[in-house]
Amino acid sequence: MPGPSDPGFDTLALHAGAAPDPSTGARAVPIHLTTSFVFESSEHAASLFNMERSGHVYTRISNPTNAVLEERVAALEGGAGAIATASGQAALHLAIATLAGAGAHIVASSALYGGSHNLLHYTLARFGIATTFVKPGDIDGWRSAIRPATRLLFGETLGNPGLDVLDIPTVAGIAHEHGLPLLVDSTFTTPWLMKPFDHGADLLFHSATKFLSGHGTVIGGVLVDSGQFDWHAAHARHGHFGELAQPYDGFHGMVFSEESTVGAFLLRARREGLRDFGACMSPHTAWLILQGLETLPLRMARHVENTRKVVQFLVAHPMVEQVGYPELESHPDHALAKRLLPRGCGSVFSFDLRGSRAQGVAFIEALKLFSHLANVGDCRSLVIHPASTTHFRMDDAALAQAGIGAGTIRLSIGLEDADDLIDDLKRALKAAERAGA
Amino acid sequence: MELAVATPGNAAPAYAYTGGKAFDAALPCIVFVHGALNDHSVWTLLARWFAHHGHGVLAVDLPGHGRSGGAPLASVEALADWLLALLDAAGVQRAALVGHSMGSLIALEAAARAPARASRLVMIGTAYPMKVSEALLTTARDAPLRAIDMVNVFSHSGIAAKPSYPGPGAWLLGSSRALMRRVQAGGTGVNLFHHDFSVCDRYAGGLEAAAKLQCPASLILGAHDQMTNPRQARALADALKARVHSVAAGHALMSEAPDAVLAALRDALA
Repeated sequence: MPGPSDPGFDTLALHAGAAPDPSTGARAVPIHLTTSFVFESSEHAASLFNMERSGHVYTRISNPTNAVLEERVAALEGGAGAIATASGQAALHLAIATLAGAGAHIVASSALYGGSHNLLHYTLARFGIATTFVKPGDIDGWRSAIRPATRLLFGETLGNPGLDVLDIPTVAGIAHEHGLPLLVDSTFTTPWLMKPFDHGADLLFHSATKFLSGHGTVIGGVLVDSGQFDWHAAHARHGHFGELAQPYDGFHGMVFSEESTVGAFLLRARREGLRDFGACMSPHTAWLILQGLETLPLRMARHVENTRKVVQFLVAHPMVEQVGYPELESHPDHALAKRLLPRGCGSVFSFDLRGSRAQGVAFIEALKLFSHLANVGDCRSLVIHPASTTHFRMDDAALAQAGIGAGTIRLSIGLEDADDLIDDLKRALKAAERAGA
Repeated sequence: MELAVATPGNAAPAYAYTGGKAFDAALPCIVFVHGALNDHSVWTLLARWFAHHGHGVLAVDLPGHGRSGGAPLASVEALADWLLALLDAAGVQRAALVGHSMGSLIALEAAARAPARASRLVMIGTAYPMKVSEALLTTARDAPLRAIDMVNVFSHSGIAAKPSYPGPGAWLLGSSRALMRRVQAGGTGVNLFHHDFSVCDRYAGGLEAAAKLQCPASLILGAHDQMTNPRQARALADALKARVHSVAAGHALMSEAPDAVLAALRDALA
């Protein structure tokens, strides 16, 4: 039977969670730069604190501008709700801290953003949370790494630095067999390229600093819950997640999975994690990210279009040894990418320049349009040479272990005219060639 | 809390959310009954408020839904008997019966079957008869996930209801769909969506039940409700001599307008 459907992606990107302001008629989302919200009465105050009513109390916990961003990202992802955080790192920490404490264990992909790897490998270990890293394509490795103390499986939709495509349906299946959720970092793909919840992921987060914001202006993160994982059932079967399925003395003895069948995770993350760790987002930041989200579909289409042109140029250039982009048949995850990422594989990728580290440096320094900096997902094109920057302390053998060559260059393709980007790359490749002569 | 409720066709333990406080049968009791493919969690803000303002609260999961076991019961009449048996199990002689959508029909029928046990009847997002189109029933039978998406959109009046439910940051269309999918998946061997909508569609005893009622009745209706249009509740309101509250919301009015529903419910139960 034909019938109504949810609004489409482009409509949600503009409207989800926001209506004209009822008190002023303002059409754009107002920036509610206020720390706190006046109570109507003492009874109203008590009922807000006791979760008898929905509403805002203090901006660290929630804010009307942030709430629009949270609802909008949840809508675009097909989730049940979201929490805006101070950064992508804060979103990852909030997810983990909500589900795991000292003695807990995480199984994570080894192909992670360096900051995520640091958090898991060094920092959380200091707080008693251990992580086993497995190669994202090692399906048996995911399964065999799970221990009784495991509480979470975690990977990136497109891994760092080689753009390994996470086989979300398979890894989610393994997680669910063991009564565990799968968390994914969707920063590189955004919901325009892939909706991980449709493939079985349970939780996801973004560094909204990147494509969601899209303009390289603010730091922020968003943690999204699909509402699909049954915390109550997992607790009943495996004893996991008492944090959500048992009374919590830190919040009125609340059993979060009773309060909300599909929103328990976000309730605890907000009522404990934001309250106590405090890594909240500024409403001004939320507003800027909302500005970016409104054009996400347009920008992502152009990012991918430009990237394909640049990739084709690089593949054919004699100074380029190889290009690591999953749309190329040469990429080990090409088939998986065709299945999970039919709209494209994003605009961040690496390629290997023939020659020495010095030639890599010469290449970078000859670029004019590409900005040399440590970020991705800007509307402007960006470049970095890991061997001379982020990984400069490593010798060539250690670099190889990390999947990075002396001539590996990472690009983040922006929204400029593709011909201008290619001209810039041509000039820099020539400079690299001369540096090796 | 878990209750041992035994009725013909169902002897499985029943679950009722008690509003974040231990249930006290000595307090004035309110029983909340959810609608098709929902569970107790559609009531939690209201249930918490009343539980912390002098009431004993039971927000039930109907048989085969959420945390209540057993097979789903096949008619509004059987569900009304189950609800009265649940009151027995909880040690409650008399209660205000509050239902949403399918649950409102169950509350009505229970109040009619045991008029002395109903102190108030509140029907939220209701209509009578609650007929379901043949096309939707067929989709519910053959493609329940598609039917869930359709009903989800029909049930919401917009995409920006504030302050959201159960709190800021919740995306109502997403959380409502996730809940329906969860409840549907829990119906082992049963297509609960088709079952529940068939139960609504078949119920024919509404006006007879209204005639038996002895307690005050109220209707709380969503002004923009496309599932149970307020016009379709007029005959029932007349038969019940009910007070009618209109709330600016669609069918999912407890989540789209939680404060307005609380205000109307406080008035209805006063």
